[in-house]
Amino acid sequence: MIELYVLLIFMIIGAIVAIEMKDLLSSVIAVGAVGLGLSIVLLILKAPDVAITQLVVEILCLIILIRATLKKDLPFSTTGRWLLNSLITTGFIVVFLFVAIKAFKDLPEFGYPIMRVANTYLKEGLVKTGASNLVASVILDFRAYDTLGEATVLFTAVIGVLAIIRRIGRKKKDEVVEEDDE
Amino acid sequence: MSKEHDKGMSLIVKVITRLTVGLILLYGIYIVLHGHVSPGGGFAGGVIIALSFVHLFLAYGKDVALKKLPKTAMSFFESMGAILFLSIALLGFTGGYFFLNFISKGEPFRLFSAGIIPLCNIAISLKVGAGLFAIFVVLVLLKFEWEKKE
Amino acid sequence: MIIYLLCLILFCCGLYCILRKRNIIKIILGIIIAEYAVNLFFILVAYRMEGRSPILSSEVEIVNMVDPLPQALVLTAIVIGLATTALLVALAMRIYEKYKTFDITKIKELRG
Repeated sequence: MIELYVLLIFMIIGAIVAIEMKDLLSSVIAVGAVGLGLSIVLLILKAPDVAITQLVVEILCLIILIRATLKKDLPFSTTGRWLLNSLITTGFIVVFLFVAIKAFKDLPEFGYPIMRVANTYLKEGLVKTGASNLVASVILDFRAYDTLGEATVLFTAVIGVLAIIRRIGRKKKDEVVEEDDE
Repeated sequence: MSKEHDKGMSLIVKVITRLTVGLILLYGIYIVLHGHVSPGGGFAGGVIIALSFVHLFLAYGKDVALKKLPKTAMSFFESMGAILFLSIALLGFTGGYFFLNFISKGEPFRLFSAGIIPLCNIAISLKVGAGLFAIFVVLVLLKFEWEKKE
Repeated sequence: MIIYLLCLILFCCGLYCILRKRNIIKIILGIIIAEYAVNLFFILVAYRMEGRSPILSSEVEIVNMVDPLPQALVLTAIVIGLATTALLVALAMRIYEKYKTFDITKIKELRG
């Protein structure tokens, strides 16, 4: 289990580097490193489906972010009321940590989960659905409504992006109206 | 500057892309079709298919890539994926309730087993792949417009 | 128990970034880090000591598998997170076009 702790500490250091860097391109690359570390941790925790999905989704997210921030980074500085803002934020995070640690005492110990429903899925998954990959049988047969909801959310997000970027009917003095519809 | 940007990257990148983009597409289709036997499934496979088209776009510029997958085809595939998924779900009504697994189950560990699960995987991969590639194309085309204005 | 604490510290790093930074792209990076921490927490709850991945094999009979239910939930959550990030980036690019800056303290007009 020691590799789990080492990788988690690597992810935390990567997140701190991503927050504190002034250059935008370097912060995006540091977030990419955090995502790759997360993919390896998921593999150690015996979840190969989730690890594959996390890896490819994180690569696409990096590509979209780098395309948006290229040539646009501006250095900035924090001015005015810096001490008060920092104190309030740190106070809020300390209260949040305290309440969360009290809530963690009710969780079962790490490595011994209570699997009330999942035992049924593990025992009867192969007989009832015929699939060898039990995670696929859970998302597409036992819990197919969630997958339908997820497809709807993805569809709505694509429509939302197309609606924001689209540019119809905006005419300034010398500007040509560009109809960019799909 | 923006004309060079439109044409894509250097010669080495173009040669390597020509060799590997077909393999990436094939790998994505493999992960989708074997979703019920080995890890993967519709979501990961769909994202890999979208990544292969993004690779073509980044290396060759927007004209070549949009000739391979034009905008009308993108919206057609995405809507077709959603409609296919919903119609497979509604066909379960023939047996009793929504989403019933009505095709025969077959023997385990083979490719043609597990009822409706491979068909659902194919429908989801079409939808996810076309949707994510459409998002990428629209965001990059907006940036090309900015660069032409400056 | 310590491992849950480390996961929570990662979430608090993302939360600090959302609250205190002035650049819109940095806020988006904070949201991405917080999302990674939440997905990691779900998979941590589902782990079983000396467990195997929940995929059956034809030669060996496996008796001790990890919990497959949170893995199914996280699988859809990851793709939804990508869609949300793309929407936020599109909004940020439109804001840059109108105000010519990414600084949130300079974006003060309420209409337009």
